[in-house]
Amino acid sequence: MGELVQLTSFGLTEGEVLGALGRVKVRDVDYADLYFESCISESVSMEESLVKRATKSVSQGVGVRATAGEKTGFAYSDELTKKDLELAADTARYIANSPGGAEAVPVPVRQRPTRNLYPVERAQAEVATAERVSLLNAIDAEARRYDPRIKNVMASFNTEYKVVIVATSDGTLIGDVQPLSRLQVTCIAEENGQRQAGSFGGGGRVGFEFYHEGGRYLRFAREAAREAILNLSAVEAPAGVMPVVLGGGWPGILLHEAIGHGLEADFNRKKTSAFSNLLGKRVASDVCTIVDDGTLPGRRGSLNMDDEGTPTGRTMLIEQGILRGYITDKLNARLMGIPLTGNGRRESYQSVVLPRMTNTFMLAGASDPEEIIRSVDRGLYAVSFGGGQVDITNGKFVFSASEAYLIEGGKVTRPVKGATLIGSGPEILTKVSMVGHDLKLDEGIGTCGKDGQSVPVGVGLPTIRIDEITVGGTQQ
Amino acid sequence: MSQQIQQHDGYSQLAMDLLAKAKRGGATEADIIVADGETFSVQVRLGAVDRLTKAREKHLGLRVFVGKRSASTSTSDFSADSLNQLVVETCTLAKAVVEDQVSGLPEADQMAGEKPDLDLYDPTRLNTEQQIELAKRVEAAAMSMDERVTNSEGGDFDSSSGRVVLGNSHGFLGEYQSSSFSMSVSPIATDSVTGAMQRDAWYDVQRKFVKLASPEAVGLEAARRTVRKLGARKVATQRVPVIFDSETAGSLMGNLCSAVSGYSLYKGASFLAGQLDKPLAPEYVTVYDDGRVVGGLGSRPFDGEGLPTRKTTVVERGVLKSYLLDTYSGRKLGMASTGNASRSVGENPSVGPTNFYLAPGTKTAQDIIKTVKQGLYVTDLIGFGINMVTGDYSRGAAGFWIEGGELAYPVEEITIAGNLKEMFAGIEMIGSDLVFRGRIASPTVKISEMMVAGS
Repeated sequence: MGELVQLTSFGLTEGEVLGALGRVKVRDVDYADLYFESCISESVSMEESLVKRATKSVSQGVGVRATAGEKTGFAYSDELTKKDLELAADTARYIANSPGGAEAVPVPVRQRPTRNLYPVERAQAEVATAERVSLLNAIDAEARRYDPRIKNVMASFNTEYKVVIVATSDGTLIGDVQPLSRLQVTCIAEENGQRQAGSFGGGGRVGFEFYHEGGRYLRFAREAAREAILNLSAVEAPAGVMPVVLGGGWPGILLHEAIGHGLEADFNRKKTSAFSNLLGKRVASDVCTIVDDGTLPGRRGSLNMDDEGTPTGRTMLIEQGILRGYITDKLNARLMGIPLTGNGRRESYQSVVLPRMTNTFMLAGASDPEEIIRSVDRGLYAVSFGGGQVDITNGKFVFSASEAYLIEGGKVTRPVKGATLIGSGPEILTKVSMVGHDLKLDEGIGTCGKDGQSVPVGVGLPTIRIDEITVGGTQQ
Repeated sequence: MSQQIQQHDGYSQLAMDLLAKAKRGGATEADIIVADGETFSVQVRLGAVDRLTKAREKHLGLRVFVGKRSASTSTSDFSADSLNQLVVETCTLAKAVVEDQVSGLPEADQMAGEKPDLDLYDPTRLNTEQQIELAKRVEAAAMSMDERVTNSEGGDFDSSSGRVVLGNSHGFLGEYQSSSFSMSVSPIATDSVTGAMQRDAWYDVQRKFVKLASPEAVGLEAARRTVRKLGARKVATQRVPVIFDSETAGSLMGNLCSAVSGYSLYKGASFLAGQLDKPLAPEYVTVYDDGRVVGGLGSRPFDGEGLPTRKTTVVERGVLKSYLLDTYSGRKLGMASTGNASRSVGENPSVGPTNFYLAPGTKTAQDIIKTVKQGLYVTDLIGFGINMVTGDYSRGAAGFWIEGGELAYPVEEITIAGNLKEMFAGIEMIGSDLVFRGRIASPTVKISEMMVAGS
């Protein structure tokens, strides 16, 4: 069971919260909620072998929302007095055009999430700064030991400790404690006046011990150093259409960009997505089965409940190539008459809820990863990526490789410089001809941006072969 | 000094009190930033209000130095207990990190003295109905221009105003107010034959409400930009001249701005490290960063450390003349700050542009397109395929194929690739069409050749 978060930690009583909820849930409002959040973020960072920066931020506030038909009224405040709650409630309900006058809302049953996917003790989340400092120092030493050509190491360790309570007009009062942390390492390598960078990182809704398990933090350091050194010898990337093999794990960003965003319910309700009206239709080859799963323990994209108090779940998006479902929040599930999937998320109390992904990945297939590479005569093998982006409406998406190799005659040969891959969301997965048995989830570094809001997400992928995609290198 | 304090209100006093507390708590130097503001935002979709947001917010950021050690903290809770605890925690945090020889506030005699009124604030207050009406008008204009515009991601109107108070233990205390009004619309057009959809958007943003373009002008431009993308196709992979329209050329200036940021430079993480006073581009290329443009979207009387802002010539007749620096990155490079400290509450200062732009040339965009027999006119860029350490550049693009000096047909699902150093050196022509819609702006730019990857 998750923790029972007390309203008193926000200096509020149940009566005050119900009063505000009643004030916003006027006659023509379909649904209203209050989202209380307190968040402590801390960061320690190192460069030039010195841990010289430490920051800490504390924020607290409430977001008040009312929906009426397709309309959303929203207000937020960083003050939590009765008067501020009332003012926010009056603003939020403005969209309903209803006269004031409180409507009785059902007295909610106080709940705690039925599971705890991230049972991190507060003490573990708040590990002493000195321990974080020594972790970063060890990373610096490890990366420099990896190769003397590593000239600078930049590393940062960030933690967030978020406490939320959601009170809804449909009778829910539920809280959650959401820890999150991330360790990020970037190395700069230099040789003969040429410089290159390599990055690696990971984390999740985990305690500090996660970074020590099996020397994980040292592996991050070596991986960042390895990528920087490797890129020193990288040749120009090819340009044009060719087969591409994606390695497991983080290359799953393909799914996030190519189909994930296009399956968020808001775009489909508005019929602005290239996937609108494709439910039940083939959008991928039959070796592709893709899910969004917010219930994986400790994962960066996981949540006990979403930001509307709905338990997260595992949603089948694409089953053997057929589009099965969209990712929904309460507003869009209600308006579209489709199942609520527990994907209503928000960056903070200052932002509105949107349907967002959690951990999105393709299930393992039957092919041997080695066999997949051998099947390509001339192409690209991409194992690590920077960011990606998609235009929802025409479906065109990009993602940029940061570690990639040429495949020549079925063998992985030379490393190539980073290149952007571009394709069309509704088409690209129909070109996936082989799926490996080696499903891997990413290390826990993903942050997804939508409508100006950032939320942590996860992705995953087995090794796959895409028969053709445009690679944006410089060599013809 | 006491005279000055009286001119400010409660936040100035709060800042002075906390600085004094930090000193008592062991800080040798400290600075504090207090920011508050109110925002209003409305989105209308297909003629009806879709989302309405209203809020007030406030934040306070404290940075302390204990000798050569430092830490930063922030909070939105201004209660006395919380602030007292913040001071103690910040001093404790600073003691946990190592000494950094160049850390510290700017020199006391460098602080901004005169703080000019740059006309950044407009007291105009629109009521909720007026703002909804503007959002409805911008969307209606976009929807009515062409029957191929069939749907919309919505029309938006946003207004915000706020104030910043910055004080430090040298006795500096400064304050300014600013406002912004913006309008945008994102129409969707449908190809009646294939059913394929395209989306684009247009917008305006101004510090003064009266300067904002009419909703009709913004809506019509959004619709024009959207319908012209219908029927877009791929082109064959080839090396051709590439023209960036003013929007996408602005993103190239954004790349330049990152590359001349002091923090990237001293870390060796910029392809322009060690390039000062060396040629970067042809002699008709001049780039400025000007923090004192009256009414400018990036203007401010003093920077995030209280140093005076100014006009810096970054590239002068093709030669890289200045980096953009704050105190810390300047000291790391043995140079003086250029007044470009950017400060988000709770973070250490970093370097940011004020109004950063490529000086305009004399040709119209049309004239420049006419010079290309076969090439690409870029109107959209997506993705993050830029390696700032090497300058390697590879991004997704869309726009128009140029044939015989004319825009022939729309193109999409292609990439453009090259290296930023070569791209800046390859700037062949610069347009006259410089318009600020943000902190970074550029006229149209023609680059002699890049690799276009398509089918």
